[in-house]
Amino acid sequence: MKRRITLDNSFFTQLGSFLSKRSADIATAASEHLLVVLVSLAIATIIGVGIGVLVWDRPLTRSLAIASAGVGLTIPSMALLALLIPLLGLGWPPTIVGLAFYALLPIIRNTVVGLQEVPAAVTESARGMGMGAVKTLFKVQLPMAWPVVLTGVRVSAQLTMGIAAIAAYVGGPGLGQMIFKGLSSLGSKNALNYAVVGTVGVIILALLLDAAFVAIRRFTTSRGLRV
Amino acid sequence: MPPLLPSAALQPQGDSVSEQSTHPAAGARIILKDITKVYPGQQAPAVESFSMDIAPGELIMFVGPSGCGKTTTMKMINRIIEPSSGSITIDGEDVLSLNPNELRRRIGYVIQQIGLFPHMTIAENIAIVPKLLGWSKKRTHDRVEELLAVVELDPKMFASRYPRQLSGGQQQRVGVARALAADPPVMLMDEPFGATDPITREKLQSEFLRLQEKLSKTIVFVTHDFDEAVRMGDRIAVLSERSQIEQFDTPANILANPANAYVSQFVGRGAALKRLGLIPVTQADLGPAVASRGILDVRVGDSLRNALDSLVLSGGSPVAVLGHDGRAVGSIDIERIAAALGGDVLPESLAGARP
Repeated sequence: MKRRITLDNSFFTQLGSFLSKRSADIATAASEHLLVVLVSLAIATIIGVGIGVLVWDRPLTRSLAIASAGVGLTIPSMALLALLIPLLGLGWPPTIVGLAFYALLPIIRNTVVGLQEVPAAVTESARGMGMGAVKTLFKVQLPMAWPVVLTGVRVSAQLTMGIAAIAAYVGGPGLGQMIFKGLSSLGSKNALNYAVVGTVGVIILALLLDAAFVAIRRFTTSRGLRV
Repeated sequence: MPPLLPSAALQPQGDSVSEQSTHPAAGARIILKDITKVYPGQQAPAVESFSMDIAPGELIMFVGPSGCGKTTTMKMINRIIEPSSGSITIDGEDVLSLNPNELRRRIGYVIQQIGLFPHMTIAENIAIVPKLLGWSKKRTHDRVEELLAVVELDPKMFASRYPRQLSGGQQQRVGVARALAADPPVMLMDEPFGATDPITREKLQSEFLRLQEKLSKTIVFVTHDFDEAVRMGDRIAVLSERSQIEQFDTPANILANPANAYVSQFVGRGAALKRLGLIPVTQADLGPAVASRGILDVRVGDSLRNALDSLVLSGGSPVAVLGHDGRAVGSIDIERIAAALGGDVLPESLAGARP
């Protein structure tokens, strides 16, 4: 006789006891999930903003960078992660590289858009006052483009949050491991609990991170740029 | 490459400028010699062998139609645009051999779109060049307050505001204050009041003229508005295609004796009226004092153009000229105005027409 998965009261009592018994495991998985996303985002932000700064005012390289990042995004995450195994093995390294790769496109694109939106008159007056190119970039162009860049990072955060769950396929850390555990042990007592906790956990983390971005945006954007 | 020479030559000047925050640095002499600019891929030069000698403290207007190269010419002085050939010196220093960034910190620059940094407060915007020059916090702060007062913005109210919270006219004042921050001997202004409404523009113009009287900077001011050129300039350069100088003279001389058809066309109709605007009433030979008639009265500070305006309303009969104390010091009529212009208006026929 097969056990049927039903969402009745017994499901919630079972889930309750699962949560209390496994709370430490869940917390570890969630924090690892968040950590791997944040590390990947940080790397992608540095690389993406860097690429954006280099290409934004060169039409050819700009199109090339945005197009290739766009094509990159269409590679199925499972395939990309698997392809990284021979190069980087299992666990954190392929996960971080894979996630950073997917996070690049929104960041590059928004950096380019943000820098293009800086009025020419502003950069000209910066030059006219004797600010060098580097100073103009860091004191004027990037601060003015920052709200747009940050929006790109925020989109990337949502994107990588979901893809990070799939990274469990290459032994990556995080809530994906719980989902995979549940899916691979369907029929066992805790299978559904693992899958549900992993999935809902990712959603909750994503919402929390998004809320954090609202706060970051508020604190890091000049009052003069707020509309 | 001898990089030490120009920077050594620059150093004492930089110091003297920075020590003079209380008494402003007067202007410098600018000499442009055979300046030519050819943009890559273009056959005709945008500016062709432009030469000009600008005396310290002079306010020079470049006026001409759009696309004549006036802005290009001006922007070569601070090397926002690099000349293809020719030489530029400021107080004898060869501009083209200086580090462009160090050069620009000593040249005030105001553009039509103002280009304030929206993410910085008004105080931070004005402090940009002082910061680049490494001024102390205290000195920068004092200078910002001083300048805000100079452009008639209350420091308490405006220092911590952002540009978007200011009106267009207020932003343009901040633009002027920012350009004046390190007290540069030279200012370049590219249609600075072009984007403001006529009333604000006139106010900004007269405020700026009052400021210039105290500061006597050497200013190159680009405009396409001939009336603005007449109003502001010590000398006007009327420019045509490729920045060719058609006439370079005082406003009064250009109005009285346009050099050629091109200049006449640019001056437009009403040259006599424009000239009247430049001449104070007191320069005319005033007639005997007549009774005051309220709003028709002319004051000694007014121009002959104001006097003519009153005369039109008075029906041609002489109007009173009042001194600073409000007492009549004389009168003025059409003949006397015409005489001041050196004109000839058939006094008999006019006198006969009068009751």
